[in-house]
Amino acid sequence: MSETANHFRFVATERRVREDRRFVAGKGHFVADIDLPDMRHVALITCPHAAARILRIDKSAALALPGVHYVLDGAELASATLPLMTGLDTPNVPRRPLAHEIARYSGEWVAAVVADSRALAEDAAEAVEIDYEPLPFVLDAEQALDAASPLVHEAHGSNVLLDKTFVWGEVEKDFAASAHTLSLRVKWGRSSTVPIETFGVVARWDPWREILDVWASIQMPRYADQIGAALKVPQTSVRVHYDVDVGGSYGVKRGIKHTVLVGYLSRRLGFPVRLIEDRLENMRGGDAHGPERLFDVDLAFDDKGIVRSMKMRALENLGAYAGRSPFQLGKPIGDIVGPYKINSVQYRALAVVTNKTTQDAVRGFGQAPTNVALERGMDEIATMLGIDPIEIRRRNFIRRDEFPYLIPSGTTYDSGDFHTVVDKALAATDYRELKAERDRLRAAGRLAGIGVAACLEPSGGNATFEALLNPSITTSTFMDSCRISIDGMGAVTATMHTTSSGQGHETLVGTVVGEVLQLDPDQIRVTRADSLNSLPSGTPVGSRMAIMLGGAAFHAAEKLKAKLVAIAAHDLGIPLERAIYERGSVHDRDAPQNKRGWADLVQIAYRSFHRMPPDMEPGLSVAHVYPVPTGGKLPTADGRVHMYPCVSFEFHLVLVSIDPDLGVPEIARYQIGHDCGTQINPKIVRGMTMGGVAHGIGAALYEEFAYNDDGQLIAQTFMDYLLPSSHEMPKVNVVDHETPSPFTVLGQKGSGESGYLGAPAAIANAVNDAVRSLGLSINTLPIRAAKLADMIEQAKSPRANNT
Amino acid sequence: MRIKLDINGTVQEVDTEPRTTLLDCLRDNLNLKGAHAGCEHGVCGACTVLFDGEAVRSCLMFAAQAEGTPIVTIEGVSPGPGELSPIQDAFCETHGMQCGYCTPAMVLVAHALLADNPNPKREDIVDAISGNLCRCTGYAQIIDAIALAAERLRGDNRPAELRS
Repeated sequence: MSETANHFRFVATERRVREDRRFVAGKGHFVADIDLPDMRHVALITCPHAAARILRIDKSAALALPGVHYVLDGAELASATLPLMTGLDTPNVPRRPLAHEIARYSGEWVAAVVADSRALAEDAAEAVEIDYEPLPFVLDAEQALDAASPLVHEAHGSNVLLDKTFVWGEVEKDFAASAHTLSLRVKWGRSSTVPIETFGVVARWDPWREILDVWASIQMPRYADQIGAALKVPQTSVRVHYDVDVGGSYGVKRGIKHTVLVGYLSRRLGFPVRLIEDRLENMRGGDAHGPERLFDVDLAFDDKGIVRSMKMRALENLGAYAGRSPFQLGKPIGDIVGPYKINSVQYRALAVVTNKTTQDAVRGFGQAPTNVALERGMDEIATMLGIDPIEIRRRNFIRRDEFPYLIPSGTTYDSGDFHTVVDKALAATDYRELKAERDRLRAAGRLAGIGVAACLEPSGGNATFEALLNPSITTSTFMDSCRISIDGMGAVTATMHTTSSGQGHETLVGTVVGEVLQLDPDQIRVTRADSLNSLPSGTPVGSRMAIMLGGAAFHAAEKLKAKLVAIAAHDLGIPLERAIYERGSVHDRDAPQNKRGWADLVQIAYRSFHRMPPDMEPGLSVAHVYPVPTGGKLPTADGRVHMYPCVSFEFHLVLVSIDPDLGVPEIARYQIGHDCGTQINPKIVRGMTMGGVAHGIGAALYEEFAYNDDGQLIAQTFMDYLLPSSHEMPKVNVVDHETPSPFTVLGQKGSGESGYLGAPAAIANAVNDAVRSLGLSINTLPIRAAKLADMIEQAKSPRANNT
Repeated sequence: MRIKLDINGTVQEVDTEPRTTLLDCLRDNLNLKGAHAGCEHGVCGACTVLFDGEAVRSCLMFAAQAEGTPIVTIEGVSPGPGELSPIQDAFCETHGMQCGYCTPAMVLVAHALLADNPNPKREDIVDAISGNLCRCTGYAQIIDAIALAAERLRGDNRPAELRS
């Protein structure tokens, strides 16, 4: 199945990324770079309490300051706009840009000040006086389940937004028939993607054209739809400009509440309005936190460690409101058994609201936490049975000759060769030597451990988990599109229909179109439409663009090529099957000297219409709207659905060394085996893996949106919410394997997530291997050095605890 | 207040408030948008400029404090419109970026490092960029870029017979 020979011209070659030229020169086009005439600036006033009734807002002192135009409160905004779209049908949990009557978390936006500059807006924000009546609150998800706890949304009647149990297969029977069972509890702490660019948006309402122009650092599916709906303007009155460079997102740049806020203000006030979050607004009130999840996992297995069945309960702490965030419990269903042949699964997805910041989508859409739960479980089985953790995984892996492989929850995995990827990774790192290194570190007094994790990256972004968790949703595909034109002078332009946040989509489109048309990709202009002249696009979510935008570009280019061939065949007077396309010209297979070159074909299509085949449209412009391969189905009555077309595979192998006194884990070695099928651009794929690993290291060891008992977010700057720097990032060695997908145009799969899906699990397993000899087991992430040091200290001298 | 700033080899007069940071002044008064705001509390380094050749955070300094000291921003690095410096070119060669937001700062840090140390070891590069956060890349291809730039600037990529 593995292919090593590259039969492509441009695909899978070490080509440069075309976007990079503008970025190294500081000439990106980020939202904060947009200066419109008469543009005014917003600063936000936030609630200082975990929950509070808003009693009075006195704007007079603020409005009296020079350069201040307006102070908007939640009551006015709520009367003029509709609540934001939510994924679940929870009408009594309305989500709005500004708190209305009650604020439900510390940092929630209560009012917005508009002034000539951001500095003046901040000055005025301090002059607004607000009286609050603090209310009881709940922070912990398990407490939120307790009927005696305060209700975050009283009208909803409980704090539970989602409680759904799925049973796929004969779970109880499989448990009864298994020789062993094991239970574990795993906690994933609240962290997020935290891009270096905060969210920003500029909106300009033009009352004469009745158009709201929006520039935003956005990565949001159905963004324009949601703006129009909330502002109660027709879809045709919202124009989102997709040519804004987004300074990192990894899922989280959803900014819908920000956009509705400034969209309303621009309409209300008659000038362009801009909101660029500062770091505090971003971390506290930007509604950009990620999952905070508690797992209870039961595994049933035999003497050899073959896992037969699993029960998983996942309890998600959503924060105060919900948009699409509860669906992050849904996506893991698409690979609920990971790379393993688990026969039956029971899965309970439970989501509660609390008085914490609202969540949004984070890289992997809920799978990184789930993968930690599963991979910690595999290690616990290995420990219990005394089997090597790599061996236990090998025994449970789906074998390469078993694909396509149907998992109990309804997804069919496309392809893979997990055993070979593991072999390659072990060979690349010399596993025996790695063990010897661990033992040398141990002998030198360090706590050292080796951790492994396997993970799948479902890719291709078909959001059928929506329908699984909310049956009123009937979405069964999530298309992407490409339009290609050869102009009247023969130059090629391809158009894409969404923003990008660093994934190199212009390079992707240029490479694929160049490959099909056999033209130098650098000669192909790639542009971005806006939302009023675009074709449908699902945006870069769900690790989908190589598959979906790549697929759309491929098919559009094939259509264009077919048109060129048809024109040439007609003009040459030969049957279609004899017309051969080669590098921009078409010749007669039987008489190669008879041909039509690029300029001839352009001339015919644009000007010599009398030479065109009958009934053919003039010009050379085509579009293709590409549905998700293998998509198009809704869930069955018993809760099974096929989700994503492809699974990529990654295997992580880590050596961690811990200072026994300080508890600081250092990553001494890091090896990855990686398989995402055909790599359209290897430089981009490598970057995605490395960046994902760094992000995963952060989630495993450093990053947490921690709250104190008063409900105050205490990690709200980069000095207390710690992103890995170059010092925390080890040298990572990646060995590639290539198992093409049979369902995609070039054999490609997704690659944006697996670094992040594997790293936290591998590091957690390595730390556990390091401290196991002390009788410790750590299943809470992030693994904080201080906490670890305390645990080690206590384990070494149990009585010290009592002094 | 009126101040004179020496930016990219040209002295320019700017009318700004005393409380304006150098970052805001560069972006809002001088239309130099290559320095980016990331945290505005001195941790992420996205606002880095060269201050008398040294990489500093323009968000932690008032514009007025910068008077009299030569400043180089990313806009002063390209040899000409559409042309890349060897360091910029090396970042393109290794794809030492993704979203591009921290990139101008990383390029400037590389300039400062290589001006000081033309033959850095990997650890030197890691140290030099450790004050600049990148959320996309995990730093690997940035480190590769700076190592490649150093190699090229030293001339190590010339054919052997042309090397001294």
